[in-house]
Amino acid sequence: MVKITGYADKISATPGETIKFMVNSESGQRYRADIVRVICGDENPDGPGYQEKVIKAPTNGNYKCRKQVIHAGSFVEIGATDMLNGLESFTMQAFIWPSTPEKGTQAIISKWRDRDKAGAALIITKENGSAALCIGNGKGKIQVVNTGKPLIAKEWYFVAASYDAKSKAITVVQEPLHGYQTRGDHGTVKRKSTVGKIPRHDCPLTMGAYFKKVDKGRTVCGGHYNGKIDSPRIANRSLSVAEMVALRTWPVATELGNAVVGAWDFSADIMSTEVTDLSPNHLHGKTVQLPTRAMTGWNWTGDEMNWTNAPEQYGAIHFHDDDIYDAGWEADFELTIPKSMKSGVYAARLRSGNNEDHIPFAVRAARGKPTAKVLYLMPTASYQAYANEHMNTDSTLGQLVAGRLVELDKFNLFLNEHREYGNSCYDTHSDGSGVSYSSRLRPILNMRPKHRMFIGATESTLWQFNADTHITDWLEAMGFDYDVITDEDLHYEGLSAIEDYNVVISSTHPEYHSKEMWDAMDAYQRRGGRLMYLGANGWYWRIQYHPEVPGVIEVRRNEDGIRTWEARTGEYYHSFSGEYGGLWRRNGRAPQRILGIGFTAQGFDISSYYLRNPDSYKAKVKFIFEGIGKDEKIGDFGLIGGGAAGLELDRADRALGTPPNAYVLASSVGHTDIYRVVCEEMLLNMPGLGGHESELVRADITFHETQNGGAVWSTGSIAWAGSLAHNNYRNNVSRMTKNVLKRFMNPKSF
Amino acid sequence: MPNEVEARCIEEFRKTPIGHHSKELQVILNEMRGQPMKDKYCLVCTKPNREWQLAKTTGVRGKPVKMLSKKFTRLEDAEWYVFKQRWKLSRGETIR
Repeated sequence: MVKITGYADKISATPGETIKFMVNSESGQRYRADIVRVICGDENPDGPGYQEKVIKAPTNGNYKCRKQVIHAGSFVEIGATDMLNGLESFTMQAFIWPSTPEKGTQAIISKWRDRDKAGAALIITKENGSAALCIGNGKGKIQVVNTGKPLIAKEWYFVAASYDAKSKAITVVQEPLHGYQTRGDHGTVKRKSTVGKIPRHDCPLTMGAYFKKVDKGRTVCGGHYNGKIDSPRIANRSLSVAEMVALRTWPVATELGNAVVGAWDFSADIMSTEVTDLSPNHLHGKTVQLPTRAMTGWNWTGDEMNWTNAPEQYGAIHFHDDDIYDAGWEADFELTIPKSMKSGVYAARLRSGNNEDHIPFAVRAARGKPTAKVLYLMPTASYQAYANEHMNTDSTLGQLVAGRLVELDKFNLFLNEHREYGNSCYDTHSDGSGVSYSSRLRPILNMRPKHRMFIGATESTLWQFNADTHITDWLEAMGFDYDVITDEDLHYEGLSAIEDYNVVISSTHPEYHSKEMWDAMDAYQRRGGRLMYLGANGWYWRIQYHPEVPGVIEVRRNEDGIRTWEARTGEYYHSFSGEYGGLWRRNGRAPQRILGIGFTAQGFDISSYYLRNPDSYKAKVKFIFEGIGKDEKIGDFGLIGGGAAGLELDRADRALGTPPNAYVLASSVGHTDIYRVVCEEMLLNMPGLGGHESELVRADITFHETQNGGAVWSTGSIAWAGSLAHNNYRNNVSRMTKNVLKRFMNPKSF
Repeated sequence: MPNEVEARCIEEFRKTPIGHHSKELQVILNEMRGQPMKDKYCLVCTKPNREWQLAKTTGVRGKPVKMLSKKFTRLEDAEWYVFKQRWKLSRGETIR
């Protein structure tokens, strides 16, 4: 089992900048940390072999082991104030859309001190999954008054609870907003308190969970709620049911308004972690661990899909008990990147006994001072989208798409058991809703050298970070100098991050891009830049980074595309930006426009090879095939599925934007029936869409020129990189890649 | 006893457990591989490309994968072993 894990506060740094490393180590007294340059992460003994190089760094050394834990689960926190602390009588109310009412105690609105069970909370009770008021006197007496009517999952309700300190009267209201008349889940219950005085305390007010303690500066909660909360309110007296109804919306009559302690509007700060109180008390708060915002509210009519046009219908936040934004661990060591550290892919290697982890990061060249003509774009947005995926243990599709038994490694086993490490954007939350946000401020155990992923085909079984090390390995083995930047650098710095380089080399699977990243790459090509796209299913999903907090992306899996979950209707627009999410193809930018090719089919069992097309014999592209025979099969070998054409495949299509001047040089053949045409190609379902029958199941290799001497060469296959090292790098995949790279480095026009 | 088509599929799988398959075999594999995650066979890689240990997923988030004692040095052997187990379970017939 994995006993050491870690993460860094930054994913890239230039010389002089500092990266902090946070480590959890549960084995032994001390662990060893070394900075290594990652060259090839593939442990397959049939390949070039695992290669990393220890770098002299001031942080290399031994560190004391300590356990650091993750407190997953999102909530809203409102700091303690006299206004809240001193409440004797009160009403708490909200609209809720509970997604797992049966799972146990879940707090909706809570002013609770868990240490001695003092305070009050509007909850869903573990007794029967109905709305309830929980009160405690701090001396061992707890009373839960519930409606006794189990809530139906994923339906809207209005729930409220009031308490009168003088009369000890308790009222709990549960009013369904759905129309299932015969279900009988409506209830109003009145009881007398039996716990005596509820003591005042200064613990924070929370929503979506109840406060437990503070652990190293982090608020720790329990009773995490799954589902949406909209329009939470607190009043300083026991309201009548009519008054509760009046308080649902804002503003309210002055008389009632005088009783209001807090009236929170979750639609007010959708792009932010802020939570606004509409009342004159200004009891503003914060979201913690990034619950999902821009969610349809109780009053969403379906007439508007874009929350920016009708924010008042998007006043819901969806909380999940497995949300995680920032693990919040204490730093173990900090590395200031030395000036002598060459740009590249690095990792902090952690070792304790037999346990090992790597925390990857990129070292960039100093800004505006490239050290090479070639730039490798490390696809950290895509790594984040896949971060800690659980499809291998959670989803029945695994063996079907892999066409074989799912293969797990130690990281998969650990992540299956440690759900607090959070999800990927391929997973669903514990309540079945899709995961839209993914952060790198937590250990990402599948962004690691040595990792194997079940959809990485036979042989080396590689995917994403570890598959990409075959590109860096090849660059090193062939003696090409290169610099490295990450997606995040490209997003924040735009064209300036890449414009000084003759060639940008992509990874095997650069799938996720923000508009900022897309525009920068487009401008680069138009200004004479050259892109070598050594992969497939690139520039596919639109993402956005959070405008306020670092290191987290958002994906909305909208109405089309290869999806492991689907965004709910009305929730297609990014909360981070207000942009329409989903496929770039459905945003008017099919990948063919920027790459020449775009996603067409996928399968994950074995790979195949390419055959040359007539275009490949034209004079203009002769340089690409120097040293390659007329009838050679291209890439009928390799460490990823045994061929260069495999996993996910891209094809040229003029109708989708492949430039009319593109050369379609070669196309793959002979894919298995595990390979299937992508969903977005199917207007209606029909037979004949497998690899044995459909001509859409193929990878195309293309070349096209852009403006001002720019060019794009695309290989159309995720497996391409796995063939580069074959026969000690002497093979036609390596040869073709080298031919193109050498020519692209030469600024001369084609 | 497997019928004639099934017998052909069994032989086909024995020769090529991963890769191109006939439609008839693919139907059988889709049924076997598409089963729910509870007690579903999987492999844990114990030595990269050299050793795999048989295991079963639980279908319950957070519940550890169950490690079984059987180990394989070739993926093909693991596929064949699991195929026989699944055939026995679904059809009650032992494949030798």
